[in-house]
Amino acid sequence: MRRSTRQRLVRWVMYAIFVIAVVLVIVSADWARLQQQFFDPALAAEQFPEIITIALKNTLLFTVIAFAGGLVLGVLMALMKLSSIGPYRWFATAYIELFRGLPALLTIFAFAFILPIAFGVRLPGGAVGAGLLGLVAVASAYMAEVIRAGIQAVPKGQTEAARTLGMSPAKTMLWVVLPQGFRITIPPMTNEFVLLLKDTSLVYIAGSTVMTKELTTFARDSATTNANGTTLVMAAMLYLLVTVPLTRLVAVLERKMARAR
Amino acid sequence: MSSDLTTRAADTPAPGTPAIEIRDLHKSFGDVEVLKGIDLVIRQGEVVCVVGPSGSGKSTLLRSVNLLEEPTGGQILIEGVDILDPDVDIDRVRTRIGMVFQQFNLFPHMTVLRNLTIAQEKVLGRRTTEARKVAQEMLDRVGLGERGSAYPSHLSGGQQQRVAIARSLCMNPDMMLFDEPTSALDPELVGEVLQVMQDLAKEGMTMMVVTHEMGFAREVGDRLLFMDGGVIVEEGVPADVLARPRHERTQAFLSKVL
Repeated sequence: MRRSTRQRLVRWVMYAIFVIAVVLVIVSADWARLQQQFFDPALAAEQFPEIITIALKNTLLFTVIAFAGGLVLGVLMALMKLSSIGPYRWFATAYIELFRGLPALLTIFAFAFILPIAFGVRLPGGAVGAGLLGLVAVASAYMAEVIRAGIQAVPKGQTEAARTLGMSPAKTMLWVVLPQGFRITIPPMTNEFVLLLKDTSLVYIAGSTVMTKELTTFARDSATTNANGTTLVMAAMLYLLVTVPLTRLVAVLERKMARAR
Repeated sequence: MSSDLTTRAADTPAPGTPAIEIRDLHKSFGDVEVLKGIDLVIRQGEVVCVVGPSGSGKSTLLRSVNLLEEPTGGQILIEGVDILDPDVDIDRVRTRIGMVFQQFNLFPHMTVLRNLTIAQEKVLGRRTTEARKVAQEMLDRVGLGERGSAYPSHLSGGQQQRVAIARSLCMNPDMMLFDEPTSALDPELVGEVLQVMQDLAKEGMTMMVVTHEMGFAREVGDRLLFMDGGVIVEEGVPADVLARPRHERTQAFLSKVL
């Protein structure tokens, strides 16, 4: 047998084994029970409109708040970590290590219960609001490192050119370094956004009411109440409905920016 | 903008004041001393070319003039003002000293026009319309009046370097520093950049040029400095130094590059 013929044969055999395995898994599943337990059309219909107007809305709202807050604090922490002033650097390092090192669930829990006791304040949104601040802290710790790397990736000549034109260090950062640094951070920031979207499901630990349920909590409660997983499947599809178009969109954006450079 | 004009007028030095005066300048990177006591006076309107082997300290000397490198000792006077005095606003001094880099260092995220207007607006406080007018004027001057809307990456190296020169000129500097402005260019693009520099020199700009272009030094330079080992080994009228180098090290260097 010729070498190319043998190679083609091996490829076909591997492909056949793969297809057979997939078909076996599909066929061996109990589709009748699956449909009854996870694809119940009547129960699915019952979830509207709350699964959109409350659950999805809260998921998106929590994500946007955590992302925006994380971005602002993240830039601040990145700048502090790159500062020439020691105490700023030490604070930023401690902050990042702390909130990156703790499980998000624990941080949210801590913020929800420690903040109100420590400062005697009631945040807008109550315990959920405080818990969200925990998610902001987690997000900012990750973003700070991404932004720091982005800033450091901007060539030194850019800073020199800006300073030579008379720009102060602050103006140089604002107009020359940060805009270029942000471009570099778009892929990891997209990643961070998707991670945050999923981590909003942890906010339930702060205690959720009917109006503050996000997708996962909403679906889990529905699954428990009805002893049926249909809502979980719906929630899963809604997550993907947000994340997949988003990542596609960012990919297109990136290609466009690569061309502009 | 009359206030801008009056403050600039106040900055203008007396006619006899040297543009750049350097006294016993020292610079060390760690244990390595790269400048070992440089004394140099550059008159207003003078074009001084600095040549020397790599590692001779010529770039460090140039970068010290606008404090991109912080000297470890000595004095630097720009138009009579000691810029190492901690009370001096270095950002303000730098607007009077244009600088052109080997790698151009244009801002890649901005159009050519924006490259030229950003510092005018954010540093000099000029209005957008005025900044654009100045920018267009300078782009015309370097022969790139049509390319204002392009991004730097769409330009050739020679064009990018001309834009970089125009960007510096937009600040109305009293003097220009050039750090090997043609070393990163393909040979066929060197001429257009040297031409722009020659035009500048003719118009009376004070220039300090670190270069390997001996032809340019001979044609355009008023004075040639040869540096080696952190000191100025020899200086004089370019044609003389190039034709009859007195010092052994100058002879050795020139025999390799000419």
